[in-house]
Amino acid sequence: MTRWVHSGTGESGLDVPVDTNGNGNGGEGPYPENEGALPIHTKQIGLWAFLATATMLFAGFSSAYIARRAGADWQPIRMPPILWFNTVILIASSVTMEIARRQLKRWATEALQRWLLITAGLGLVFLIGQYIAWRQLQAQGIYLPTNPHSSFFYLLTAVHALHLFGGLVALIVVFLRARRGVYTPYHPGVGLAATYWHFVDIVWIYLFGLLFYLG
Amino acid sequence: MNRVQAGMFAGTVFLFILLVVWAFTHPWFPELASDRATLDTFIRATLIITGIAFIFTHILLGWFAWKYRADAQTRAHYFPDNPRLEITWTAVTALILSILVFGALRLWARLYTPPPQDALVVEIVGQQFQWNIRYPGADGRFGRTDPKFISDQEYNFIGIDFDDPAAEDDICLQNQLFLEVNRPVHLQIRSRDVLHSFFVPPFRFKQDAVPGMTVHVWFTPTRVGKFEIACAEHCGLGHYRMRGFVYVLPSEEFRSMMTTLTIPASVLQQYPKDFQFDTLTLCTE
Amino acid sequence: MAQHNHHTEPQSFIRKYVFSMDHKVIAKQYYITAIFMAIVAGLLAMLIRIQLAWPQLGQTWLAKLLPAGFDLQTGLMKPEFYPMLFTMHGTLMVFFVLSTAPVSGFGNFLIPLQIGARDMAFPFLNMLSYWTFFIGCIVILSSFFVEGGAAAAGWTAYPPLSALREAIPGSGLGQTLWIIGMVFFIASFTMGGLNFVTTVLNLRTRGMSMMRLPLTTWALFCVAILGLLSFPALTAGAIMLLFDRHLGTSFFLPQGLYIGGHVVEIQQGLTTQGGSPLLWQHLFWFLGHPEVYILMLPAMGITSDIITVFSRKPIFSYKSMVYAIWAISVLSFLVWGHHMFVSGMSPYLGMAFATFTLLIAVPSAIKVFNWLTTLWRARIRFTTPMLFALGIVSLFISGGLSGLWLGQPPIDIQMHDTYFVVGHFHLIMAGAALFGVFAGTYYWFPKMFGRMMNETLGKIHFWLTFITYYSTFFPMYYLGMGGMMRRIYDPTQYDFLKPLQPLNVWISISAFVLGAAQFIFLFNFFWSMFRGKKADRNPWRANTLEWTTESPAPHGNWDGPVPAVYRGPYEYSVPGAPDDHIPQHLEPEKVGVEVHA
Repeated sequence: MTRWVHSGTGESGLDVPVDTNGNGNGGEGPYPENEGALPIHTKQIGLWAFLATATMLFAGFSSAYIARRAGADWQPIRMPPILWFNTVILIASSVTMEIARRQLKRWATEALQRWLLITAGLGLVFLIGQYIAWRQLQAQGIYLPTNPHSSFFYLLTAVHALHLFGGLVALIVVFLRARRGVYTPYHPGVGLAATYWHFVDIVWIYLFGLLFYLG
Repeated sequence: MNRVQAGMFAGTVFLFILLVVWAFTHPWFPELASDRATLDTFIRATLIITGIAFIFTHILLGWFAWKYRADAQTRAHYFPDNPRLEITWTAVTALILSILVFGALRLWARLYTPPPQDALVVEIVGQQFQWNIRYPGADGRFGRTDPKFISDQEYNFIGIDFDDPAAEDDICLQNQLFLEVNRPVHLQIRSRDVLHSFFVPPFRFKQDAVPGMTVHVWFTPTRVGKFEIACAEHCGLGHYRMRGFVYVLPSEEFRSMMTTLTIPASVLQQYPKDFQFDTLTLCTE
Repeated sequence: MAQHNHHTEPQSFIRKYVFSMDHKVIAKQYYITAIFMAIVAGLLAMLIRIQLAWPQLGQTWLAKLLPAGFDLQTGLMKPEFYPMLFTMHGTLMVFFVLSTAPVSGFGNFLIPLQIGARDMAFPFLNMLSYWTFFIGCIVILSSFFVEGGAAAAGWTAYPPLSALREAIPGSGLGQTLWIIGMVFFIASFTMGGLNFVTTVLNLRTRGMSMMRLPLTTWALFCVAILGLLSFPALTAGAIMLLFDRHLGTSFFLPQGLYIGGHVVEIQQGLTTQGGSPLLWQHLFWFLGHPEVYILMLPAMGITSDIITVFSRKPIFSYKSMVYAIWAISVLSFLVWGHHMFVSGMSPYLGMAFATFTLLIAVPSAIKVFNWLTTLWRARIRFTTPMLFALGIVSLFISGGLSGLWLGQPPIDIQMHDTYFVVGHFHLIMAGAALFGVFAGTYYWFPKMFGRMMNETLGKIHFWLTFITYYSTFFPMYYLGMGGMMRRIYDPTQYDFLKPLQPLNVWISISAFVLGAAQFIFLFNFFWSMFRGKKADRNPWRANTLEWTTESPAPHGNWDGPVPAVYRGPYEYSVPGAPDDHIPQHLEPEKVGVEVHA
């Protein structure tokens, strides 16, 4: 799908064709004739489809968790307190991710890179914090097979951490490409990384509630 | 060439219909030996409904293939849709299926009502690769079990705690089940290792034996005789030889057998030569 | 902003044929690999049939070929080998053959061509998906060669049998490799699903609205969504099974199991009731049921496309065909418990599942009625693809109607885990999917390879296959009615099964002929690639977009601009039109008659 937009700061007065939904029209990408039907960028559709599948994965684990919770032998573990800190860090990283995304809208590529790095850094802190939570549990003698609740705790945090690690890799890739000057406000890349990052954040908040606040 | 293919297709379809109808007239099901006659009625009803659907659709398929072959037509008839026709056949199909479902679920609910008070209670514990049967004895209570008491060498397959007084009169059998004719039997089915499934075709009875849970189901045997038990859930390399026998006895014979703990000779005669477990004993022995 | 005006075709052999990003090459890679996996899975089936027909007869020649599975002295198959055969036959066929050839094979080939796109939305991801699949094949095949042998707990892998290595040989390393192979397969299928969904939504050409899509593309689109939403349940279950097997957890293992001569310690010996084998069944079948529709829907789409071309009539009620595909897809998520009626699951749950199961019969029946009505007053040409498509209609009826038996819980009590079920799914699922692959191959071969497959050989292949397919699998209904259980190494152990043994012999001999007949197809397929009659653009005189380009389709799919679309795909024999078909891309002024779009 092609839109003609005014580029940059308006000084040059240049109108450029922009492929707003990434299906190849308007000169971006190799195949210019596709009409497409959705005003959503192709890569965004791919990402949302992936988020749907990832959601179903966590839904599968959730239903197993809820079923198991009904058992007579359910003994919830006490939440490692560092998890509060980790959660705040992750929410902060979503905020910084949004700030990064908005830098791009203003063509502030230096600031974009800076905030991407901060976000990635916060993500790394979160992962380290999760690891510390594991160590805190192990210090109490609570391991993966200790009881059903601990099994789910380790399992769910591990699967979530894997997804977050993937998001970290994405952030680094986006950072490196931002450094090379690839991104314009119309390029979907940063927005895609942001969407995924928020998803990982929301999943964490959900798991946190599932594991410790289901009543 | 088209004509040949059309003829072959139509011919094959019609021959197929005839073969299928003929084959279904053969009595494949083992003769019913329990009170689940309604189940057989449902099978018959479903056979008729699906049979009619099968024959009707295949007649159309074969007939259309022949009649509308290309060399017999000049032009096809442009017929992209017809809402009335579609609504009609959708409604009819949905109606027939609803009637089937409704009836089937009513029967299903009846099969899972709680067992009657005077039912004979028997515990069945599946294991790799035999069926362990236990009667509660005169006290009507089963002795406590725990896996830590299991010892195959000592024939304590299900781990009975012999310190439990309720276990004293429990009767243990392997691969044989004795039932009283026309008396409901309440089976408590479980497993000591992997999934099994207790299946006796003439009773129209099947229930998975799940480790970690006991399933309660009941039915009433209505015919004296000997019936085979089969395992119907893949349970390992011996799955194919988890074979047992159910003996349905007349009331007097059954009761005297359970009191004297002697298997009647008429029953013993029917045991295969190499059958290992041919005694009826207290679990403690 | 990168600007490209045209895509340059890669030149090196490696980039063109090995690590290609062209959807057509990737499709062929999937297809050929699936053929190989089918040969392996088919041979496993032949071994199963030899054993079932003559369980007490030693086959010393076979023992020499496969010493690991047989006793060399007696020639008898080892009882622990048999479960590996049916486990791997099922696993390979369901996932690596019949989810692959129709979906990853035909889907990749056809979707861009049918919607008017030059390639998939994510060509690199597409390439990655094939090689991930390839690795999955290697991993799962390797399980045959490890200690303990291949997984042997059934393709359904129910714990505790699949979770504990002492429960059955094959539950050792073999089962772990099964899980890992499946994870690769699921990753590959997910990547493909992302591509299909995105491509169909966003890369359609001008004028190609969703309701002008050919039914093959509709079916593949819904299948992709089904896969994306259902496979994660199995992924979750597989990860938990892996944990139970290796890390001491007890998601599926209850406390107090006595296996291998000792009590199985779980959860480090703390008093806990442990997990539930039923949890695995729920997770598995949450995928398992949509999975069978993943296998069947593409064949149904292909049937619609082929029947219309060779009837020279529009598909009857395109709209309701689309709604039926949607209804089947949505309902497929609500019926999984019908595999568990006698599992120990609550009977109330069973009632809910039974209701939805019989409900899903409605859209399925509508599809059959629509196909039959399409044939009514048609002008039918019996080419090989048409014969296979008609075969699908028949198989769908024969296999689907027994679903009405199994979907009723009381009847399922008698039929569950018997050969009635085996007959049911081989006829409807395997039969429809297999015939779908055949129909699609004969039909789209010219577009794939630029040549026609040999019609005479094709027809011989059809007749042999159609007749022996039925003679192999239909009698399994009778075996099941007689009570023959599934997964039994030696049915003659049971008195009540001995009278059924002639059926087993009949089925086995029939199966051997069925298997042999496939060599005709293989020969025809490979020979025609090089020596088949050269094909024009549109040898079947069809309407859909793939037939507007050359045969074989070139890199970039169209040498000139991508055609735009002005109508639906099924305008055949329109009254008043000069020709008996109006292709989708023909400009209205060239048609000369009003057509509803």
